[in-house]
Amino acid sequence: MDNLFVLLIFVLVLAIFLGFELINKVPSTLHTPLMSGANAISGITIVGALISSGSDGGLWTTVLGTAAVFFATINVVGGYLVTNRMLGMFKKK
Amino acid sequence: MMDLLQSEIFANLAYIIASMLFIFGLKQLGSPETAQRGNLISSSGMLLAVLVTLISNQIISYEWLAIGLVLGTLVGASAASFVKMTSMPELVALFNGFGGIASLLVGSAEYLGTGSLGLISLTAIFLTLIIGGITFSGSLVAYGKLSEILPGRQIIFKGQRIVLVAIFIAALLFGAQLIFNFQMVEGWNPLFSFLLLISFALVIGLLITLPIGGADMPVIIALLNSYSGLAASAAGFVINNNVLIVAGALVGASGLILTNIMCKAMNRSLANVVFGSIASSSSGAVNPEEVGEIKPINVSDAYLILEAANSVLVVPGYGMAVSQAQHAVRELGELLEENGCEVNYAIHPVAGRMPGHMNVLLAEANVSYDQLQEPEDVNPVMDTVDVCIVIGANDVVNPDAKENEGSPIYGMPIIEADRSKTVFILKRSMASGFAGIDNPLFGKENSRMLFGDAKESISGLVAEFKS
Repeated sequence: MDNLFVLLIFVLVLAIFLGFELINKVPSTLHTPLMSGANAISGITIVGALISSGSDGGLWTTVLGTAAVFFATINVVGGYLVTNRMLGMFKKK
Repeated sequence: MMDLLQSEIFANLAYIIASMLFIFGLKQLGSPETAQRGNLISSSGMLLAVLVTLISNQIISYEWLAIGLVLGTLVGASAASFVKMTSMPELVALFNGFGGIASLLVGSAEYLGTGSLGLISLTAIFLTLIIGGITFSGSLVAYGKLSEILPGRQIIFKGQRIVLVAIFIAALLFGAQLIFNFQMVEGWNPLFSFLLLISFALVIGLLITLPIGGADMPVIIALLNSYSGLAASAAGFVINNNVLIVAGALVGASGLILTNIMCKAMNRSLANVVFGSIASSSSGAVNPEEVGEIKPINVSDAYLILEAANSVLVVPGYGMAVSQAQHAVRELGELLEENGCEVNYAIHPVAGRMPGHMNVLLAEANVSYDQLQEPEDVNPVMDTVDVCIVIGANDVVNPDAKENEGSPIYGMPIIEADRSKTVFILKRSMASGFAGIDNPLFGKENSRMLFGDAKESISGLVAEFKS
């Protein structure tokens, strides 16, 4: 088992714990924006999509990668914009 | 200079900065004052990650990815700009699904690519395919149910659970074949396993979400949200990229926490929501004789009571979203406040079709967020509330949750509207199959039913106040 893998597992475990700590105290008022904002972050898979689409991995990799770029971009752009739109409405008088 | 920017070390450092921006962003999403800035910070992290990837020397041609980026931006931006706030649950579900399919496609592209793959990569690909596939088809079903393309009720067939378990085991088997490439039958190609695995993942997603009834939707949306993060994390192991792993794990954890909050708010375990056979929102344990007399009230009488009230608590539910009554509700709230009355909104965590659904609608209608309160804030002072206005909510105010041990919702934390001095319940009608009669709140001494469309009833009250 190579070192990189162990290191990545380590990163994964720490990030999960960090995620629990970060989100635990979010008031329920913000649950929807939190969800859609987090959803936009899960569009990070766009990084992998770009590499597949733009690298020289053969026809299938390019085609599937491009489709992945398309969907991930919707997820990212749409997710952040709609979260921003929602949060713009939360006002205190 | 360009060499440095294209180097792997530079890219990895930039990914670490992007991860930090995600973490800061999520942290700031936790408070209404900073949430919008948090979202901006998080999006700048995403922009950084994308730019660094685009200039890296791993990418040699831009024609295809440019098409994907431009089309995706157009679709995403227009969906986000034009969606109505009441349609937010289905849009979130749809975006979730797109995240899932994107991860699935990344895993597939890597699998079908020219590079040779080790055991770890293959295992990661297996996980990406299965989680991504479940997220995609599950989210599409959730989208279909929420947008009423599919019937919102539970869709169950006989032996569903057995089929689900069988397909899951088969998926594991073909996953093992994909990873270890052992001889299954003469002439078996791992590509078959790859294709079967994707199909099974899609079917599992369907089988998990089809039995979910409308009232349980918040749980499943939060769960799918978590899956979309986990799929991205798994894709991170496929391409050995730390920012995917960190960002995916953060989303996975946040989705799990929300799922847990939703389950607690319904006093049910996750297994019970996903596999349980509880008929959504029907608590048949009470028979009609036990419910007291139903006392209707008309708008003018309701106005007289409200006019004399010093403290009003509004309890919104999915019915408010259906009749789009949120703006009328805000207007009534403002008139009551001008009349010297204290107005608050009690929002149950599972009211509506996704976590925080009611909060978004009321925020859209310009209700100040410090008026939006949680059950544990309002229940202790419920005795001092003069009028509780229940708008299209049912289970979350059902006293059976406290009083009737035989009720399926017994033990669920509720908003104890029945303890206020007067309760107005806005419902379309009692006649619709007597579906609502199983809520003993409707027959309590202090309850009054205001029949009709919620928006019309509230607008009627507004008109009375103005006249």
